[in-house]
Amino acid sequence: MSAATAIQLGKDLIGLETVTGDTIRAILDTAEPFKEISERPIKKVPVLRGKTIVNLFFEPSTRTRISFEFAEKRLGADTVNVAASGSSVVKGETLVDTARNLEAMRIDMVVIRHGSSGAAQFLADRIPSNVINGGDGQHEHPTQALLDLLTLRDAFGRIEGLKVCIVGDIRHSRVARSNIFGLRKLGAEVAVCGPRSLIPVGIEDLGVRVFGHVEEAIEWADALNVLRLQLERMNAGFIPSLREYNRVFGVTHARLERAPRRTVVLHPGPMNRGVEIDSDVADGPQSVILPQVTNGVAVRMAVLYLLAGGRPEQAEEAKKGEE
Amino acid sequence: MTPETARRLLDAAGVDEALRRLAGEMAPRDGEEGLLLVGIRRRGVQLAARLAAILQDERGVEVPTGSLDITLYRDDLHQIGPMPVIGMTEIPTEITGRRVVIVDDVLFTGRTIRAALNELSDFGRPARIELCVLVDRGGRQLPIQADYVGIRVAADERDLVEVRVPELDDESSVTLVEGREEE
Repeated sequence: MSAATAIQLGKDLIGLETVTGDTIRAILDTAEPFKEISERPIKKVPVLRGKTIVNLFFEPSTRTRISFEFAEKRLGADTVNVAASGSSVVKGETLVDTARNLEAMRIDMVVIRHGSSGAAQFLADRIPSNVINGGDGQHEHPTQALLDLLTLRDAFGRIEGLKVCIVGDIRHSRVARSNIFGLRKLGAEVAVCGPRSLIPVGIEDLGVRVFGHVEEAIEWADALNVLRLQLERMNAGFIPSLREYNRVFGVTHARLERAPRRTVVLHPGPMNRGVEIDSDVADGPQSVILPQVTNGVAVRMAVLYLLAGGRPEQAEEAKKGEE
Repeated sequence: MTPETARRLLDAAGVDEALRRLAGEMAPRDGEEGLLLVGIRRRGVQLAARLAAILQDERGVEVPTGSLDITLYRDDLHQIGPMPVIGMTEIPTEITGRRVVIVDDVLFTGRTIRAALNELSDFGRPARIELCVLVDRGGRQLPIQADYVGIRVAADERDLVEVRVPELDDESSVTLVEGREEE
C-alpha cells in the first residue's frame, strides 16, 4: 500500500479548527463506504476487533453517545460507557485520575463529552490512547460538524460555494464553532443569525456574516442549520421568552415558503418543536434531520477507523507528558 | 519498470482469450439460475464486468455483478500504520442460495481471498462460493485454491505480477516484473 492511498489523521480528533480542509474531505470520503455497512444484514466489520473504547460522558447525551456506540460496535470494538453520575467522578475524582485508571485497564480509545472547554485536549495530552472530542464546553463538537458536512454534501453534491446559515444560540454553541471552521475550510459561505445577545462579539473575524432577521437569512441561504435553544438560557436573561423567540427567530413553514429556493434544513437535535423549529418544517420535505442521524454513525465510524491508524510516536509523546 | 526484467505473459488478445475460456468454464449449466460474479477491488471488478459481458454476448445469460472492497477485513491492518483508503462494496442482490464466483486479478498468498470469504458471509449464505483468477502465481500462505484459472506462472516471492485493465491502465495485459516487492 503506497503512502498516497493512506490517510493520516494523527492520534486525536479534538476540533476542526486545527484540521486541514484536505483532511476533512478525506474523513467525509471515508464515511461513504461506511454508510453501506449499516445497510448489511450483518452490520459489523472486524476492523477494530479486540480494541477497547471508553465513552466517557460527563454531560448528558443520548444521540451522540448512542451514535458513537453503534459506530464502535459496528467496527467490532468492545465498548464501555462511563457516565459522570454513578461513577467515582461524583466522589470528586479528577478527570486525569479517571482517565489514568481507565488506561491502567488497557484501553485503546476514549470518546469524551465534558462541560469544560479544553477538556478533550487536556486528556489527549496526558494519555496515550486516541481521544475523540464528543463535545467540550463551548469549544468544539467536531463529529457533529462532520456529519452536518456529510449531509450537506449528500443534499447538494458539494460544499464549496454553498451558503449556509447557522440559526440560534451561536454564543454558547460548540456545534456552531465546529461547523464554522469546517464549512469555511471546505469553501462554503457561512452566516449566523440570532438575537444579538446570543451572537458572540467579533464573530465576523471568522469570516462569517451576521443576520439580525431570520427572514434575511432564509432569503440568502441554501441551507439552514437550526440550533437547539438551550432552555436554561432564558433564565439567564439572554432572551425574553420562548414564545417571543419563536415569533422572531423560529424557522417556520410560512417563512420558508417565501424563500427564493428550496432551503435545506438541518438540526443537530434534540429539537424544541415550536421554539426554534416548527413541526411542519422538522417533518417536512426540506428537512434532512434524520439523514443527519444516519450519517452520524458513518462519520464516526470513519473517524474511529482513521484514528486507529494514528501515529504511535504521538502516543509515546503523550505517555511522556503523563510522567 | 525496467524493461529488461519485465516479461509479458499475456497481451490484449491473450487476456481476451483467457477470459472467454474462463467464462465458458463458469457458465451456468442445466438451467441453473442465480449465478453472481463479485469482483475484488480494484482490478477484479473490471474483470468480473468483462466476464459478465462475455456471458451475455456468447450465451445470452444475464449475470449480475458486484464488487467487494476487502480493506476492513485485512489481517494486517493493525500493522500498517496510517489507514488505507476504502473503496465501495456493492452487492446488488441477495446472495443467499446463489452460486457466487469471486473474481480477482492475481492469486498469491490467498489472504485477500480469505478476507473476501469473510466479508461475503456477512451478506448471507451462498449455496456455493467459487474463485476465478486471471493469474495464479503460486506462493500461497493459506489453504486456498482457485476453481477457474486464466494462466499459471511460478513467480518468485519478490516478483511483481502486474495485471492491466483498459478502464484503469489504458491497456489489457499481464506482465511479470522480476525481483520487485509486491506493493
